[in-house]
Amino acid sequence: MQMYGDHQFSGKLFIVEGIDGSGKSTQLSLLQQWLRREGYLVFFSEWNSSPLVKDTTRRGKKKQMLTPTTFSLIHATDFADRIERHIIPPLKAGAIVLADRYIYTAFARDAARGVSPRWVRELYRFAVKPTVAFYFSVPLEVSLKRILGARAGLKYYEAGMDLELSDDIEESFRIFQGMIRDRYEEMIEEFGLTVIDATRSIEEQQNDVRAIVERELVGVPKHPAPHLEFEED
Amino acid sequence: MYEQENNHRFEFYGEGLPGVDLSELRGRLIVIEGPDGVGRSTQVSMLKPWLESNGHAVLDTGMTRSALAGKGIKQAKEGITLGPISLSLFYATDFADRLENEMIPALRAGFIVLTDRYIYSLMARAIVRGLDAAWIKSVYGMALKPDAVFYLRAELKDLIPRVLSSPTGFDYWESGMDMHLGEDLFDSFNIYQTKMLSVFDSMIDEYGFEVIDATQPIDTIYRSLQRRIGRLLREMY
Repeated sequence: MQMYGDHQFSGKLFIVEGIDGSGKSTQLSLLQQWLRREGYLVFFSEWNSSPLVKDTTRRGKKKQMLTPTTFSLIHATDFADRIERHIIPPLKAGAIVLADRYIYTAFARDAARGVSPRWVRELYRFAVKPTVAFYFSVPLEVSLKRILGARAGLKYYEAGMDLELSDDIEESFRIFQGMIRDRYEEMIEEFGLTVIDATRSIEEQQNDVRAIVERELVGVPKHPAPHLEFEED
Repeated sequence: MYEQENNHRFEFYGEGLPGVDLSELRGRLIVIEGPDGVGRSTQVSMLKPWLESNGHAVLDTGMTRSALAGKGIKQAKEGITLGPISLSLFYATDFADRLENEMIPALRAGFIVLTDRYIYSLMARAIVRGLDAAWIKSVYGMALKPDAVFYLRAELKDLIPRVLSSPTGFDYWESGMDMHLGEDLFDSFNIYQTKMLSVFDSMIDEYGFEVIDATQPIDTIYRSLQRRIGRLLREMY
């Protein structure tokens, strides 16, 4: 069993982190399109839970029967499945793997729930260390403005309602997001996160992201697929 | 309501669980461990009525029965769709759910919690499957240290007749078939259970197991457990 920092793969792993509304998913999707166009072999690791774990998570959330510890463990199970199924095999195959959210999400969220930060870091030691971990840093008020207007309804655990921060779900979400943001900021140095100022324009951010990724791709083979028909934009 | 002061103090193995006040736990936690087919559940089923007839409230519990993850684990074992790390963490989820929602409330209420297996079996399975021993140990740092762990110990040669006397015979998981160790269930069972026994044995000192020779007659083992548990419970009052 290889631990964080020990894995040696020919592929590269780029991940994005940040609070909801930081724009990280948009940036990752733009990065993916650029890498594909450049002819790299790209695998996008979606947070596609295995059906088994998904059923358990859904049951736990629906019945609100998760404690901070079981919340942490069921998400770690899900993440391990993702690592074993969708991250390690493509990395071995030499692909560029992109992941929207990674272990740092769990560190921030679980610690905000009162789980021991040391325990949760140990829990995730099986994870592959990313080639670059981008952290999209955004002031709380900016991110809240981006999402609270847009989304229909907040969910119980997403808003941190289990922490009993406030009876008002939107107020609970604000406080919880603030706590998570504080944890992210603390992790910048600890894990060497690459900070992107997410208040800038989408184009400026993407230029920075591409420049940083490009430096890591020296010697990574391209796989143009001339026999396949691609849809033109 | 007046409550007698609780002079028994539980500890966690590691970082522990958030939100649990250990000084509130008044019961006792007793673990029966040992390999598959060694007769653990027979002993638990005899000990429970004995304890109850002596006036103790008893919670008996076992692995993969939690309301949260029990069903998912059963399905996973049927379809074998999870890798070793994921499956180990699924077991840990199940364990934590039972610890927080069954065992700890029962201990708080002053019950004797009698559990057929505990973290040691789960850690042994993980270690035998090549997972990092220090890692799995830290995962189970959320577990309570039991008041006693009775390790029903047997050699491989003693396990085989027991397994064959059950209607299902060699079981896929108890034979470690997911690890592709041998040609068939028997070969695989031998290799897998030999590894499991050696991991269990290596835990004796570290976790303070009380070793009981499981090749003795059922009654002898039962009396031995009664004696040891009786001693433990006398200290309660």
